Amino acid sequence: MKRQRQTKLFEPELVNEALRQSFIKLNPKILFRNPVMFTVEIGAVVILGVCLWILSGEKSQGSFLYNFIIFLILLFTVLFANFAEAIAEARGKAQADSLRKTREETPARKLVNGELITVSSSQLIKGDVFICETGDIVPSDGEIIEGIASIDESAITGESAPVIRESGGDKNSVTGGTKVLSDKIKVLVTTKPGESFLDKMIALVESATRQKTPNEIALIILLAGFTLIFIIVCASLAPFAEYAKTAIPISAYISLFVCLIPTTIGGLLSAIGIAGMDRALRANVIAKSGKAVETAGDLDTILLDKTGTITIGNRKATNFYPAAGIDEKHFVKCVVLSSMADETPEGKSIIELAGINPLSYNIENPCFIKFTAETRSSGINYNGTRIRKGASDSIRRYAEKAGNAYTDEIDERVKIISGNGGTPLVVSENEKIIGVIELQDIIKPGIQERFQRLRKMGVKTVMVTGDNPLTAKFIAEKAGVDDFIAEAKPEDKMIYIRQEQQRGKLVAMMGDGTNDAPALAQADVGVAMNSGTAAAKEAGNMVDLDNDPTKLIEVVEIGKQLLMTRGTLTTFSIANDVAKYFAIVPALFIASIPALQALNIMNLHSPQSAILSAIIFNAIIIPLLIPLALKGVAYKPIGASRLLRRNLFYYGLGGILAPFIGIKLIDLVVALFI
Amino acid sequence: MNTEILGIIVIFFGTLALAYPLGKYIAKVFAGEKTFLDPVFNPMEKFFFRLSGIDAANEMNWKQSMVALLVINAVWFLLGMLVLMCQGWLPLNPDGNPSMTADCAFNTTVSFVSNTNLQHYSGETMMSYMGQLTLQLFQFISAGTGIAACAIVFNALKNRTTDKLGNFYNYFLKSCTRILLPLAIIVAAILIFRGSPQTFNGKDTMISLQGDTMHVSTGPAAGMIAIKQLGTNGGGYFGANSAVPFENPDYLTNAVEDCSIFLIATAMVFALGFYLKRKKLAWMIFGVMTVSSLILLAPTVYYEMKGNPAIEKMGISQPFGNMEGKEMRFGPAASALWEITTTNTSNGSVNSMHDSSMPISGMCAMLGMMINSIYGGVGVGFLNFYIFIIIAVFISGLMVGRTPEFLGKKIEAREMKIAMIIFLIHPFLILTGTAISTYLYAEYPHYLAGWLNNPGYHGFSEMLYEFTSSSANNGSGFEGLGDTPSVFWNVSCGIVMLLSRFLPIIGPVAIAGLLANKKFIPESSGTLKTDTGTFGVMVFAVIVVLVGLSFFTALAMGPLAEHFTLFAH
Repeated sequence: MKRQRQTKLFEPELVNEALRQSFIKLNPKILFRNPVMFTVEIGAVVILGVCLWILSGEKSQGSFLYNFIIFLILLFTVLFANFAEAIAEARGKAQADSLRKTREETPARKLVNGELITVSSSQLIKGDVFICETGDIVPSDGEIIEGIASIDESAITGESAPVIRESGGDKNSVTGGTKVLSDKIKVLVTTKPGESFLDKMIALVESATRQKTPNEIALIILLAGFTLIFIIVCASLAPFAEYAKTAIPISAYISLFVCLIPTTIGGLLSAIGIAGMDRALRANVIAKSGKAVETAGDLDTILLDKTGTITIGNRKATNFYPAAGIDEKHFVKCVVLSSMADETPEGKSIIELAGINPLSYNIENPCFIKFTAETRSSGINYNGTRIRKGASDSIRRYAEKAGNAYTDEIDERVKIISGNGGTPLVVSENEKIIGVIELQDIIKPGIQERFQRLRKMGVKTVMVTGDNPLTAKFIAEKAGVDDFIAEAKPEDKMIYIRQEQQRGKLVAMMGDGTNDAPALAQADVGVAMNSGTAAAKEAGNMVDLDNDPTKLIEVVEIGKQLLMTRGTLTTFSIANDVAKYFAIVPALFIASIPALQALNIMNLHSPQSAILSAIIFNAIIIPLLIPLALKGVAYKPIGASRLLRRNLFYYGLGGILAPFIGIKLIDLVVALFI
Repeated sequence: MNTEILGIIVIFFGTLALAYPLGKYIAKVFAGEKTFLDPVFNPMEKFFFRLSGIDAANEMNWKQSMVALLVINAVWFLLGMLVLMCQGWLPLNPDGNPSMTADCAFNTTVSFVSNTNLQHYSGETMMSYMGQLTLQLFQFISAGTGIAACAIVFNALKNRTTDKLGNFYNYFLKSCTRILLPLAIIVAAILIFRGSPQTFNGKDTMISLQGDTMHVSTGPAAGMIAIKQLGTNGGGYFGANSAVPFENPDYLTNAVEDCSIFLIATAMVFALGFYLKRKKLAWMIFGVMTVSSLILLAPTVYYEMKGNPAIEKMGISQPFGNMEGKEMRFGPAASALWEITTTNTSNGSVNSMHDSSMPISGMCAMLGMMINSIYGGVGVGFLNFYIFIIIAVFISGLMVGRTPEFLGKKIEAREMKIAMIIFLIHPFLILTGTAISTYLYAEYPHYLAGWLNNPGYHGFSEMLYEFTSSSANNGSGFEGLGDTPSVFWNVSCGIVMLLSRFLPIIGPVAIAGLLANKKFIPESSGTLKTDTGTFGVMVFAVIVVLVGLSFFTALAMGPLAEHFTLFAH
């Protein structure tokens, strides 16, 4: 049951819901939260009053029909803005609902005083313990306190390969809605009903409870400032007109005002914010606040674990180096046999590289020597043959103890491999060194390009690894990260983050373990993996459902897109005003100051058609820009100045020119009816 | 090339060239570095500080600085009122001019404390020498106040986190002694050599060509003229300002005075670059200001040299262009340059009557005052420009997908709020003031008939100009407006001058102070650089759009309507 990710912008059912909502949102109490659109609504009400006034016999305000059309256009301006917000909300909700579906009522077997009672999942509260067996749906988020199980998380992540979750360690958390494929686990409920991360995220895409982010507040102040300027401009126009002995009807004042105030961005602002959260959700990232997403766009430094992020999970054998005088076939045989019982990924990769099934040697009565921390080697004994493989120094000690030499040739080879960022494994047969296996970290394909992209965005990448500095440096250079922390202990991350923050940088890290929690909390953006411990998830401000450590890159882009969309549409909205002035001001004074027709550079048909065209353009630009608001302006890592030039060209210059063309075209149509 | 054009090119670019070394010197003064004038000023300043008990090393935060600024201005305001209202019986009154009435003294003192120098009086007949010298003192004080406020902002823009922004008194004193005083002495000396009076001997007498004996007002004028230009004050010694031969004897003094009008304001921009070691940023700001200035200058020169079509229709040839209200010794080009420089900066001294300029010239002059930061008043010009930078940084920061930051400090809601309020004050005061006066005139045309010599579009421009000039702390006027005896104009312009002087100083200093206290963020490749041409275009666009949107209707009803009517076929 893979979660469907919508790609269409306007799903018919969502549109229907949004249309309904657009009318509900006309309620002044709701609209009050959007000051720009609220003033438009007031304008519409005033015009409606003028219409009634005309019906009761007033002659000075123009025809009823003309005023009524203006009323309708203003009403639609508000409706369009409401629709933008509603469709963004509906999309976000649909996204959240599909996640929520996964946690519909499922029976839960709750453990009470050692007995199992079946209850509904919604009755589980924090601190309860329940049991899940093969085939069960996990009823709630929790932490495994006993047992191990393979779990199908495809409902949440869309990834079909099952994952292993077990008690203790960093992979002990289960998510409600996922399915246990095998074994039995005992789970402690860690969240209160209605307070899971998902619930928090759903709240973020519902505008009513959505908290405004600091940048959004600053932008609203800017827009309020513009609105105030135009209130002053329009209010002062009345005495100016009286001085010029011009009668300006109320509808013209209101039309001019509505055209000038930033309705485009005002109408789309909340839709942009909601769509940003929605995009995060689509990337399978649950953000706990809108601020976290915005902060992601400002990141300077990202801490990434080496294993699993930069390199593919584990080291792989890449080369066999038999010592001088040792037959290669014999060496491979020894290597394969020594790894026969080695279940570690490294051991498996050795057999994989050799390409020989160990069973084909038909060894009888093998005795496997397990790896221990003391010997730091493992191997096999059979028929009086003792094969060992292990770290170079431990095998060296082992061989020299038996009186065999650790030759310069072997020493040289070990050094070369270490210098290349690899790990040498030395192999001995009957205490005599017969060669070296090279293990290498495999850097994930495509990771260099991603780091390149981050660098262009101005984000510094830091690799965190337990490797020695030499190996770390090699991998860091190969992968193209900017810095690394070698031989890292958990607290090193914390120290590094603090240092960066003291220099004024914003730092992000990804983590899953409980020992990552302090660093996740310290980081400006802490992304916890969904597979991680509850402590880690609690400490971070985002949870990545896919457990994909490179997700940070996407999160950064989502944050940047969010700000850019606001910035560009603000610019566009303000730039539009230039043309609207040229349309309306000459129209107002056509009778009293005929010379001002020189400003009618669009050569609009008549004062009425000019005013109508301007407010029609003002209204329809909102729905036209909804797709852009929902999808976000594309971010390109081409450097800030070039990006500014580009956006200034498209949205600034474009914003000046577009309405000249648009208003003229609308005027040509309107002129047919007037 | 036409010598008239060549003349203004030399004046304009010569001043810009002089501003560069001066900026370097000003930066040194603020940074407390050694300068060649140290031997003269060190003991003098030490004496002043000891006398006043001020410890110049005691750094203040932005709020303490602003309190200091307001308190000393308030003290001088009261002192000024006292002198003007008592000048009739105070010493240094050889012409026997009377004491000022309370309302006129109020208007005049506000006008000079606020660096506006709107003069609702005539110097020759209404001022004693004592009064004139007091006003001259204010011309130093108000200019020094602006430069000191600017120095605080410069200090706040450094790459560090602090609330200590230097000592206001120290900046203030040094602005007066080390920047204004030496330059004023040089300019005054040139003026005296070319014929401006500097005397306490009272009226001179001469025999006119008709054989009559004439009494000619003189006085300590040259010194006042020098500081009125250098400190972007603009208040002249004589009623007709720098159009009078005593104030501005010939083309050379005209060049020197015009240069003085925008020399320090331009130098402040370079000083920023030297002080912060961000020369590219200074060049960006300088570039935007210079381009804006040229955009306003070109049409003004064009229309003034072209002449008036209404006169042409009467069959009168205009070989020199539009000469109405202009002096023959300067000609239309130099008058146009002066008109633009004096309005771009908040100077407001005149060498021709702006009321008689062509409508487009009048509009360019008003636009300069509406922007009020094309070089701008000394110190305060940069403060106004800083507001535009903050708004531009905010919008462009969003456009590149990063929380906006300027010189490593994040611009957030609080700074935006202050920036928008400060920006709003200017259009609010101008448009409301004009709206009230147009309303009154339209309601009581007979009672207020004395207000306007030219009702109609030009009358509208006169009222718009008066409020623009007051709000920009400029002080020049469209003299057709009957403002001198009117209580309305005295009171309304007084209020406008006060509000538009101190709030736009406090606002930018507050923003800079708040930002200085924030964490410094080092630059990364994702940071929007503010010292680039691209950002310059952005600031320019913000200025054009903000000012254009605010004043389009007003300009359309005044100068644009007049222009299109005048040039209609």
